[in-house]
Amino acid sequence: MEKPMSYESEDHLNLKATELRLGLPGRDESDKQSSPSARNNKRASPEMEGVLYAENEEQDCTPPPKAQVVGWPPVRSYRKNCFQPKKIEADASGVYVKVSMDGAPYLRKIDLNVYKSYPELLKALENMFKCTIGVYSERDGYDGSDYAPIYEDKDGDWMLVGDVPWDMFSTSCKRMRIMKGSEAKGLGCL
Amino acid sequence: MDPKRSRNSPDSPESTRFPDEVLERVLSLLRSHKDRSSVSLVCKDWYNAERWTRTHVFIGNCYSVSPEIVSGRFPAIRSVTLKGKPRFSDFNLVPENWGADIHQWLVVFAEKYPFLEELRLKRMTVTDESLEFLATSFSNFRAISLLSCDGFSTDGLAAIATHCKNLTELDIQENDMEDNGGGWLSCFPENFTSLEVLNFASQQGDVSFDALERLVARCKSLRVLKVDKYVKLEQLHRLLVQSPQLTDLGTGNFQQELTPRQFAELESAFRNCKNLHTLSGLWDATSLYFPVLYSACGSLTFLNLSYAALQSGDLVKLLPHCPNLRRLWVLDTVEDKGLEAIGSSCPLLAELRVFPADPFDLDINHGVTESGFIAVSCGCPKLHYVLYFCRQMTNAAVATIVQNCPDFTHFRLCIMNPRQPDYLTGEPMDEAFGAVVKTCTKLQRLAISGLLTDLTFEYIGKYAKNLETLSVAFAGSSDWGMQCVLRGCAKLRKLEIRDSPFGNAALLSGLAKYESMRSLWMSACNVTMNACRILAREKPRLNVEVMKDDETDSRVDKVYVYRSVAGPRRDAPPFVLTL
Repeated sequence: MEKPMSYESEDHLNLKATELRLGLPGRDESDKQSSPSARNNKRASPEMEGVLYAENEEQDCTPPPKAQVVGWPPVRSYRKNCFQPKKIEADASGVYVKVSMDGAPYLRKIDLNVYKSYPELLKALENMFKCTIGVYSERDGYDGSDYAPIYEDKDGDWMLVGDVPWDMFSTSCKRMRIMKGSEAKGLGCL
Repeated sequence: MDPKRSRNSPDSPESTRFPDEVLERVLSLLRSHKDRSSVSLVCKDWYNAERWTRTHVFIGNCYSVSPEIVSGRFPAIRSVTLKGKPRFSDFNLVPENWGADIHQWLVVFAEKYPFLEELRLKRMTVTDESLEFLATSFSNFRAISLLSCDGFSTDGLAAIATHCKNLTELDIQENDMEDNGGGWLSCFPENFTSLEVLNFASQQGDVSFDALERLVARCKSLRVLKVDKYVKLEQLHRLLVQSPQLTDLGTGNFQQELTPRQFAELESAFRNCKNLHTLSGLWDATSLYFPVLYSACGSLTFLNLSYAALQSGDLVKLLPHCPNLRRLWVLDTVEDKGLEAIGSSCPLLAELRVFPADPFDLDINHGVTESGFIAVSCGCPKLHYVLYFCRQMTNAAVATIVQNCPDFTHFRLCIMNPRQPDYLTGEPMDEAFGAVVKTCTKLQRLAISGLLTDLTFEYIGKYAKNLETLSVAFAGSSDWGMQCVLRGCAKLRKLEIRDSPFGNAALLSGLAKYESMRSLWMSACNVTMNACRILAREKPRLNVEVMKDDETDSRVDKVYVYRSVAGPRRDAPPFVLTL
């Protein structure tokens, strides 16, 4: 179990280096302070070691936080479990989705986070694929254009780009396709 | 069932004795267990009258008494509330298999209280076998509530649903529950209609929605419904249509693409819920769908947003629709701006809890700061309960906050980085908690954090005269601190301490006090086996339980001290030493 052991010593180093303490002079505080936390890390129950180190894994390769002590901060495990998998903040890495165009030999990928609205996105698609997508209307879709953009949402359905608010679209879009106008007309009739 | 009872005190003159029947009639109206305890101390007659008329017993520590003693004293109990493990077990400080198993209690109750109706458990271990035993042993059983319990699965719930014909309440909150599928809901018989409270919000899997919908449709008295996060928005709509009488709703997942028609239908369903005062759940909610709630928000008094990672803008949109809020729980993703919105929209707010979305991220650019707290205190002068997780705080801010809100009864501040000083002055946070205890004379519960010396504890001992519960972590400089608290806080009932430099002198200074308290917990402190042995020897009516990791070290890892009339535990696991 090498990983946990090296984590332990890192923890000690950090604690000692960065700790602010007030105490009576002459007391060897460092020894007294480190042994309780050492014993905290040496858990009798394997289940709790699991808890401590499972949390480490979820940190995603960032260096272990300064003082990750068992049971601190005092948040119930039930509440912690609800949140570990979800990161709500906009990821720096972006939301890349594949875009295919009928007749094109290969697909492209775009980062939806770069765009703040539909007009921006459509303009970028028109530039990337050298095509005309035109203007969206609620009633007729992209009727009148050579091409219509559609996307696959979280439920696996193919939807017309533009129907839902931008935020909803950008979080539920899994991939996109630029459909030929002739096929798209069929879509508009639905 | 009216068993013959002996009328006692035959030597008291008849004319001065209060007739038993009248006394019992009067006492049967007493609900508060504290009042009942006082009544039982008056004299033997009153003790007897009280014990015959008590129908609900509250046991704050399951090991302080035994089921035999309880049933021996109180023959007519219909409702039991039991709490088990020490509170720090919520944070993994108590090993598995420590105890607090309900089963033996149920075995005794099945014999002595066959008409038991209600059981409410907190931090107890409950197995599926126990739940099945419960369901089949008490024909009148009506209400079960499990909070922070472990050891059972959805199979146990199936047993309850199958056998409890008169069930009114099934309340399963924040438990460590194994998920063996949602089929348990289908176990309620088709002719079963008595349910008033159904809470399965902590389930981690799908339920059978059809069964749920039919159940909700036929239980016309249902007032509390809290579903789990696997119930979708359009399913919620169907449930609401069947139960507009709800007062307490926990939604499922609040993010789903809805057509405009579905949106309008959902909004209409909420509009029909005219009695809603509590709203929770709201997993993955964004402000996109808040408008469906607006019509129901006007009557809300409790809003639990702690499972929705909202931004400040979301709160700014929602809160003006909730002017009657008394209690609000949020995640710190709302940041200070969100708290400012609370301050300006919720003048009646009495309780605020701010939970950390990312407790292990020490990046101080996230979450809430002292400014947000100050903003709330300015706008919400009635605030008396706060739980606040933050990454920075100052003494001056806390002083301002308690000036604005002097009526705090519960002040729980968690500065998440252990031993962190006032970030502006670099000083310890002693003056902050000094201000709290000096100003808030009604303070009953206090949780402290940050860099703290013995001075904090001097203040607590000197001023916190109504304090009943104190939680300490990474605080103090010497035994003197703990001694101040033990000496000064006359009403102290629960003291829990971790990772603090309190040792034997501190532990033993409370010798005379521990019998007046429910319990003391100390872990990762400087207490040795010797002191624990002395305590155990001097105070035979205390249980002194020690957990040690290291055989060779004389220091104890954890010590748990509590008063008991039942003697030492008979079910202690090998790693718990009772001295």
